[in-house]
Amino acid sequence: MSKEAHNLIDGNEAAASVAYRTNEVIAIYPITPSSPMGELADSWALEGRETIWGGKPDVVEMQSEGGAAGAVHGSLQAGALTTTFTASQGLLLMIPNMFKIAGELTSFVMHVAARSVATHALSIFGDHSDVMATRSTGFALLASGSVQEAHDFACIAQAATLRSRVPFLHFFDGFRTSHELATLDMLSDDDLRFMIDDEAVQRHRSRGLTPDRPVLRGTAQNPDVFFQAREACTPFYDACSGIVAEEMKRFAERTGRRYGLFDYHGAEDAERVIVLMGSGAETCHETVDWLLARGEKVGVVKVRLYRPFSIADFVDVLPPTTRSIAVLDRTKEPGAVGDPLYLDVVSALREARDDGLGRLNGDPVVVAGRYGLSSKEFTPACVHAVLDELGKSTPKNHFTVGIVDDVNHSSLSVDRGLDIEPEGVSRAIFYGLGSDGTVGANKNSIKIIGKRVEHAQGYFVYDSKKAGATTISHLRFSDQPIRSSYLIGRANFIACHQFDFVDRLDVLAAATEGGTFLLNAPFGPDRVFAELPREVQQEIIDKKLRFFVIDAYSVARECGLGGRINTIMQTCYFAISGVLPREEAVAEIKQAIESSYGKRSPVVVQQNFAAVDQTLANLSEVAVPAEVVGEKARPPIVAEAAPDFVQKVTAVMLAGRGDELPVSAFPVDGTWPTATAQWEKRNLAQDIPIWDPAVCIQCNQCALVCPHAAIRAKVYDTGDLEGAPDAFQSTDYRAPGLKGLRYTIQVAPEDCTGCQLCVVMCPAKDKASPRHKAINMEPQRPIRERERQSYEFFLGIPELDRSRVERLDAKGSQLLQPLFEYSGACAGCGETPYIKLLTQLFGDRALIANATGCSSIYGGNLPTTPYTVDANGRGPAWSNSLFEDNAEFGFGFRLAVAAQTELARSLLGGLASQVGDELARAILDGEQHGEPAIAAQRERIAALRAKLASLDDPDARRLEHVAGALLRKSVWIVGGDGWAYDIGYGGLDHVLAQGRDVNVLVLDTEVYSNTGGQQSKATPLGAAAKFAAAGKETPKKDLGLEAMSYGNVYVARIAMGAKVNQVLHAFNEADSYPGPALIIAYSHCIAHGYDLRFGTEQQKLAVRSGTWPLYRFDPRRVEQGLPPLLLDSDPPKIGVKAYMRNETRFRMIEKIDPKRFERLVAAAQESAEQRFAVYQQLAGITVPVPREDEE
Amino acid sequence: MDLTTRYLGFELDHPLMAGASPMVDDLDQVRALEDAGSAAIAMHSLFEEQLAGEQISTHHSMESSSHMFAEAMTFMPDLPEFRLGPDEYLEQLRRIKEAVAVPVFASLNGTTLGGWLDYAKLMVDAGADALELNLYQVITDPTRSAAEIEAGHLEIVRTVASEVSVPVAVKLSPAYTSLPHFAAALEEAGASGLVLFNRFYQPDIDVEELEMERRLDLSTSGDLLLRVNWLGILSAQRSIPLAASGGVHTGIDAVKAVMAGASAVQMVSALLQRGPARLAEVRDELSAWLVEHEYESLEQMRGSMNLAHCPDPRAFERLNYVRLLMGWAPN
Repeated sequence: MSKEAHNLIDGNEAAASVAYRTNEVIAIYPITPSSPMGELADSWALEGRETIWGGKPDVVEMQSEGGAAGAVHGSLQAGALTTTFTASQGLLLMIPNMFKIAGELTSFVMHVAARSVATHALSIFGDHSDVMATRSTGFALLASGSVQEAHDFACIAQAATLRSRVPFLHFFDGFRTSHELATLDMLSDDDLRFMIDDEAVQRHRSRGLTPDRPVLRGTAQNPDVFFQAREACTPFYDACSGIVAEEMKRFAERTGRRYGLFDYHGAEDAERVIVLMGSGAETCHETVDWLLARGEKVGVVKVRLYRPFSIADFVDVLPPTTRSIAVLDRTKEPGAVGDPLYLDVVSALREARDDGLGRLNGDPVVVAGRYGLSSKEFTPACVHAVLDELGKSTPKNHFTVGIVDDVNHSSLSVDRGLDIEPEGVSRAIFYGLGSDGTVGANKNSIKIIGKRVEHAQGYFVYDSKKAGATTISHLRFSDQPIRSSYLIGRANFIACHQFDFVDRLDVLAAATEGGTFLLNAPFGPDRVFAELPREVQQEIIDKKLRFFVIDAYSVARECGLGGRINTIMQTCYFAISGVLPREEAVAEIKQAIESSYGKRSPVVVQQNFAAVDQTLANLSEVAVPAEVVGEKARPPIVAEAAPDFVQKVTAVMLAGRGDELPVSAFPVDGTWPTATAQWEKRNLAQDIPIWDPAVCIQCNQCALVCPHAAIRAKVYDTGDLEGAPDAFQSTDYRAPGLKGLRYTIQVAPEDCTGCQLCVVMCPAKDKASPRHKAINMEPQRPIRERERQSYEFFLGIPELDRSRVERLDAKGSQLLQPLFEYSGACAGCGETPYIKLLTQLFGDRALIANATGCSSIYGGNLPTTPYTVDANGRGPAWSNSLFEDNAEFGFGFRLAVAAQTELARSLLGGLASQVGDELARAILDGEQHGEPAIAAQRERIAALRAKLASLDDPDARRLEHVAGALLRKSVWIVGGDGWAYDIGYGGLDHVLAQGRDVNVLVLDTEVYSNTGGQQSKATPLGAAAKFAAAGKETPKKDLGLEAMSYGNVYVARIAMGAKVNQVLHAFNEADSYPGPALIIAYSHCIAHGYDLRFGTEQQKLAVRSGTWPLYRFDPRRVEQGLPPLLLDSDPPKIGVKAYMRNETRFRMIEKIDPKRFERLVAAAQESAEQRFAVYQQLAGITVPVPREDEE
Repeated sequence: MDLTTRYLGFELDHPLMAGASPMVDDLDQVRALEDAGSAAIAMHSLFEEQLAGEQISTHHSMESSSHMFAEAMTFMPDLPEFRLGPDEYLEQLRRIKEAVAVPVFASLNGTTLGGWLDYAKLMVDAGADALELNLYQVITDPTRSAAEIEAGHLEIVRTVASEVSVPVAVKLSPAYTSLPHFAAALEEAGASGLVLFNRFYQPDIDVEELEMERRLDLSTSGDLLLRVNWLGILSAQRSIPLAASGGVHTGIDAVKAVMAGASAVQMVSALLQRGPARLAEVRDELSAWLVEHEYESLEQMRGSMNLAHCPDPRAFERLNYVRLLMGWAPN
């Protein structure tokens, strides 16, 4: 980064590049969409990149954003140049420190990828609700609207904070800017040195705490002085905007890029003006240009420095002719007079009028508008609608734009067909799967093309699933600057990398006439057209598209690339789009392959080279007939049997048309129905498991380990087989207690992800040919329909009565219906089998509090969710509060349940004589452990309800409301290790110490999985993770041992792949234990870096090596005179190395630094042995039981 | 006693050296081997197939999870030094070269002609004093003939030997229909030495779990006899230096190997069992035996019991088997 360079990076990198080079300490905590900034800083530090003063910053990951803010505050106080990166909830957690940092007039810039704050729902996408929540902290708020600005403003903010002493929050739109790849001019180190005033740096340092010049900061002040002392900072705020303006001027002199505190773009004699900030301003700029060319008198004010707000500078940029102003906010403050920018603009205009500032001829009409919440598209059509509205005599105030609001009637109507993009822009859209490499390939393509065109832009849309996520890549190339901060509406090139997409997505909707369509299909050029739905055929004919086809999966297989078709589809794009001459493009692709994979995997380079060559030989143009052929039509998105809400709302979202749903379609408070994942048939698996009853030993382990509840066991009466499809397989059930029943293992063919965990787990082998197991993978497509019918029939067979299941062991538990199914978790996920088991055992009486993270995303991310109900309509009630508070949140569930139970018991006691003493006593004293007892209590409660209905007593009415609370509820607190070990640890510890009946399930992947593999305190010694790239030096925190120290907490450490029945014991004991219970569950994860089909095998190695000892600590055993701790696994039999070498997270250290690896292995070995020895000793300790008579 | 010998063009003080084993992964062990007097250090093989497999599987496990989800572009730290090529092996080779003064032989098992050549060159660049080409290959394809396989192997040896500047030895398996013919062809193709023989991982059956288990048992002195047999035949026919590998645990074992014609004697199992210092003991036993039996030098003994010089050459042929049968009688 020594010289100014034309470069192609995203907004996160643009901001981080400046922040990294101008700070000495970086304290962060991962949160989407800001995580890449911290990760980049970490990897640059590892590479040894230097700041502009030489040396490299100290990059540290903290346990929460609150912790990061504290570390930042401390570092600033001690005189270091310090920065951080965050967003959304993370920013909220920093607010207390922000007040302090500002109150102490501290030079500091934080960079925020602005993201929605969770309200009725969490959203990872972009708006300004987080930034607007910090308005009162005293931070300067500086808004960037593009990748270039994110780079430039990071620099301007750093320069200005050092001079002004006002801390800065520099923000840009999450995803739209943070994740947009765009061409920009990079600031060189010399540019930064020019902008950063070394004397101001020295002044910052000299304010730092040192015992050589001791001062006291952070006093407590009283009514006599606090107020006055608070006012003392005002001159610094008064000076701040002037300093920013000066720094912008110096910046322009150096770089030629001019910015103002407020930038006006438009007609000098504009009458209608939009005021806004962020990336939407770029869309306004582009639209205003288009309207100016059509003679319209319009303009836009881009707010750069929102706080401190300079009234004089603001009114100065408004043309005198301005008659109406629309102030657009990207946030919602319910109940306020208006959203924040609007209120500020109205006040500013009023003050300016009173003070005679500005050039305005009259008193313009000002209206408020809201747009873009959670990255809602804000297009030129939206801008046009706003400007049209401003032309009306009484424009609508407090409008919304970009949605249809049929409840409050706030929305403006938008002409969605409006297309203003200039002809010179080359536009391409690619539909792919997350796992097929489409996005990576497109990022690659942009970089290749970006070298040859003046301006390039890439933006990537992901859906909410982890396994089989759909990705849509939007690429623009132009010789003119690209200001289009919205998705491509009309594209001259469309590629669909997955054939099945044509059935459910209108991939050609954006195709322009005469454009090009590239399809990956398992059919040749002669057949493919007829295999398309008629709707798609018609679109190809009507739009006169050139149509190309390739069987990319065949080419990939031949070249040894498995399911990765990225190189192949990328080559096709270059071959037919004409963006580059073909020869040149092929050479460039090969060069890119070499530079991407060359050092790490030379073999992979050769495979990809072969794929490039094979692609050109296999790509064909399809002769498009004049008429549609065949009868194949697009199938319905969801089955006809789906409930009304699913048909009207969910199906629309599934079709990719959720933007069209009006306000009235939605629940008002974020309450959604469960049981919707069953309607989304994704057909992700190339191969699915098929059961062979002749080999099966009926152990049910396949069903137990399935992450998606896509292979199930059922025991049923012979009579239930009536009407079974011919292909439906059934055999006699072999169990001593349940005679004369039938048994089936059935795959859900359209829900299975093909992970193969079940096949690896299956212990049953054909004696004559042990390669053949009781379940075996077969290609899905040829048997899809057959198995679909079988599965439908299977689901129709009644579930076995829960109280008939004799033993709730690994086998018996799988005869219970899973109430968590077909989630969006990764194929082979190690977490979901535990959650599924939880719902099988307790789902019909469970409340689940779920910490934010993977489990809340696959558990609660729309459009469809996996928690479901049984035939009685019962199932888990689930909610997610935050990341940091989940233990407390679930604890609250228990308090509420207990309060209702207490009320119900009290009412029942009072009504005992009326409902019958015997019934009342049975309910109040009824034992509620085990399914038969639970069933009996349910019957008693039903009897009670019947009695109550006949009673004319107000208490009877009250009891009717709470009678359900007489059934014992199972309260579960579920989350990952990031929550339990780090951000939520304080709360978890407190909740465990309360002695109340809650069950905590920690899905321990030993790393932050959802945000992309950052280390947590659960990360084991020796593992490479982000922020511990050289391999973690310290052992994993022993959360279980800490919990045991209370003595009254049930603690279990489990690994399903290693010992299934111990898992079942732990769940059942945790539920039955009347106090707090903690289960720590080994969860293999894609962040470990190996083929997850071997997840359970790795779990075995983890246990056998002593890396993951299995145990149960049950305080109840004390009363029996037994040691409370029971070790469930044997002393280590193999070295930890045998376990570690199978996973890339450990192996990468071995490859980089074998000596270090050996040292870490030795330390891990020692740690494993020591810990096991501690457990062994504890397992031998009996605790004296105090006897009452000894008192 | 003069134990000097000449192997792969190197003048060695004695014929004993550490053969291919995991010991070379630990520099302390390597130094201990040199201290024990190992005349050279033979490294274990770099397996092209394993490198390729690891590259592909790691690539897929890392790539298939990148750019698939809005919240996480990747799941692993991006470390430019993380390479899955032969660097690890080459780096260890460099370190061993720095650590010891004796010749270091690198060993290679390739799967493609390009791989054989590329890796061989890299090994030489990294300082290998000689190469051992490990031709071990399990052929399961019934359409491929022995002649075809041998021709392929000769092509590999010819290509590598002509492209690298150091001596090239070939490590053989005993299972050839005509080992003498193949040995002659190898010499013609440019091999500077032959190592007899490779020992294999052979699959064992876990009869309870119905799984295959791969295992490699350490050798015993009994394993030496196969080597003695073929050393005796080949050394009588060719001048190409031969190394015995497999079954040398004692001084007497070494004596037998040299008598059968070995110029070099590699030891592995004995060193794994009893530590690097065992090599010095065996050398001393060898030396003492020669003194005791009044040999002038090792060279005098070398090949003395081979097909050309032993009292009864038929012992090297089928008669060996026949006589054993005839000598056996039930009680």
